[in-house]
Amino acid sequence: MSAPKRVGQHTLQFANPPVIVATASVVGPKEGEGPLGDTFDMVVDDSYFGEETWEKAERKMLEEAVKMVIAKAQLKPQDIDFLLAGDLLNQTISANYAARTLGIPFLGLYGACSTMYEGMALAAMLIDGGFAHHVVAACSSHYDTAERQYRFPTEQGIQRPPTAQWTVTGAGAVLMAPVGNGPRVTHATIGRVLDVGIKDPNDMGSAMAPAAVDTIVRHFQDTGRGPIDYDLIITGDLGRVGLEIATKLLGEKKYDVSKNYSDCGVLIYDHERQDTHAGGSGCACSAVVFAGHLMGKLNEGRYKRILGVGTGALLSTTATQQGESIPGIGHGVVIEG
Amino acid sequence: MSIVMAFIIGGLICLVGQLIMDLTPYKVTPAHILVGFVTGGAILSALGLYEPLVKIGGAGATIPISGFGHNLAQGTLEAVRARGLIGAFSGGIEAGAVGIAAAVIFGYIMAIIFNPRG
Amino acid sequence: MAGSTKQPGPPKKPLTLAEQVMQQKQTYDQQAYQRLADSVKPRPRVIVNALNAFWIGGVIAALAQVITLIFASAGLNPRDAAAATVIVMVFLGALLTGLGIYDEIGKVAGAGSIIPITGFANSIVAPAMEYKREGFVFGVASRMFTIAGPVLVYGFIVSVLIGLIAYFFS
Repeated sequence: MSAPKRVGQHTLQFANPPVIVATASVVGPKEGEGPLGDTFDMVVDDSYFGEETWEKAERKMLEEAVKMVIAKAQLKPQDIDFLLAGDLLNQTISANYAARTLGIPFLGLYGACSTMYEGMALAAMLIDGGFAHHVVAACSSHYDTAERQYRFPTEQGIQRPPTAQWTVTGAGAVLMAPVGNGPRVTHATIGRVLDVGIKDPNDMGSAMAPAAVDTIVRHFQDTGRGPIDYDLIITGDLGRVGLEIATKLLGEKKYDVSKNYSDCGVLIYDHERQDTHAGGSGCACSAVVFAGHLMGKLNEGRYKRILGVGTGALLSTTATQQGESIPGIGHGVVIEG
Repeated sequence: MSIVMAFIIGGLICLVGQLIMDLTPYKVTPAHILVGFVTGGAILSALGLYEPLVKIGGAGATIPISGFGHNLAQGTLEAVRARGLIGAFSGGIEAGAVGIAAAVIFGYIMAIIFNPRG
Repeated sequence: MAGSTKQPGPPKKPLTLAEQVMQQKQTYDQQAYQRLADSVKPRPRVIVNALNAFWIGGVIAALAQVITLIFASAGLNPRDAAAATVIVMVFLGALLTGLGIYDEIGKVAGAGSIIPITGFANSIVAPAMEYKREGFVFGVASRMFTIAGPVLVYGFIVSVLIGLIAYFFS
């Protein structure tokens, strides 16, 4: 039995491509000072966001982003059929507690830093499948909460290796509907979990690049398209190391992406000035760059069609300490302006 | 003069630690460096190889964490001479007591007063 | 092997040739990928880092020497002067961590600020402060020793072993 909304082996083709009605982004001070600073809806000037703890600050950013995206679409929380959200913290507490406040039917997601694209793909499926009118996909991350969970306390005097990435503080939200004005989600290629044996938790770009490349290649094979069919191919948070590896791996497969390929983790910071080493990472990295910068370019008509690939490193400190290697995943979503 | 020697010896001990971190795989974290230098310092001290460094460098050899190991080892050896087998158990911890108590007390106070800035 | 007889369960089948080839290929692919990643990865700046560790570690040691000299000139015997210096240095390390300065020094100094006893103090204050929100027992007090604990454990083990060896072999 064939599935009518699929092309090739793994790619979904939406019959009535859902519309991205609105997006919202909230970021911390460091992201606000970065090159994309003026594309974000809200820049918070204190990493505590007026809360007692960083965990509460992250949760508040996620709540603000969701409320903002609903307000931008001139809707109310009760108009939203589903909230799809996730974050990096254990048991995804930011998303769960934000959903407690918002009172919208909630599906919690965990795709590490690929969560935004996982959410967008699922939101598009819910809408094109006829199960929803309005779906919000959202996610958050916070440098200080991630540091203390995955690495060292923030005041520890340690040197970060040059391959380390800086977790983006912020939250992004995307509101989709079956009709309306805005860019449309036309395809999605769901990622496979790939593990190439990288064990260094300070080198996530190398760990994730093959998964992103796998998704991009399968997407091209399924749709019969190539790099020239896209104004931009953009990965989530491979950083400078992962971007270079991905470019090489795609080159080996005879896909020349040297002109139109970039990475959100590379764009979000000025790496020399902001001491962010290999680039940005975290759920919010691809989320706020999409909600701010990319959405802006799509609405302007500067980009007609982009392929975004949310990348995630599916590690935990327990697995790392037990000597496990780091599996990666990449979810691809095509958005047409 | 002793200040210059402290600078040189203290600097060299830290330089060795930095080279170990940069030239070994990622698995060697600051915690591993601290543990390695304490045990290394204690063993060198027991073999009589650390005392000369202290003679030359003064605080340059005692302030690095390897000096803490030296302190533990010398305390144990002294206590073994004075009290025998009991000394083997009590000596090291007695010798290290000042540093440990200071670290716990000041650590606690600072943790109460200040909040992390991120 | 003695252990294998205790374990019931399917006997370990020898791998077929095809499985061996697959396994070989997988290892080969992982090694090839690791080489590609290594060729792209930026390296730590070994010489710059080493120089920074040297001079900052040296300055901390020199400062400690100055403090020792001051205590000695105030009439303390060498042993007490050294102990008093440790207390002052631990205090300074803890204070600079609380003020949010020590981690900035650490970014440049690396081992230069980890190895001195001020770094030991930093490794105690940083988690204690960070986990204050989780309470004063499970937060501050238990997290205080995430890095200092192993240092003390191995330090004590080695010192007791040294004592035992000295007792039985001399």
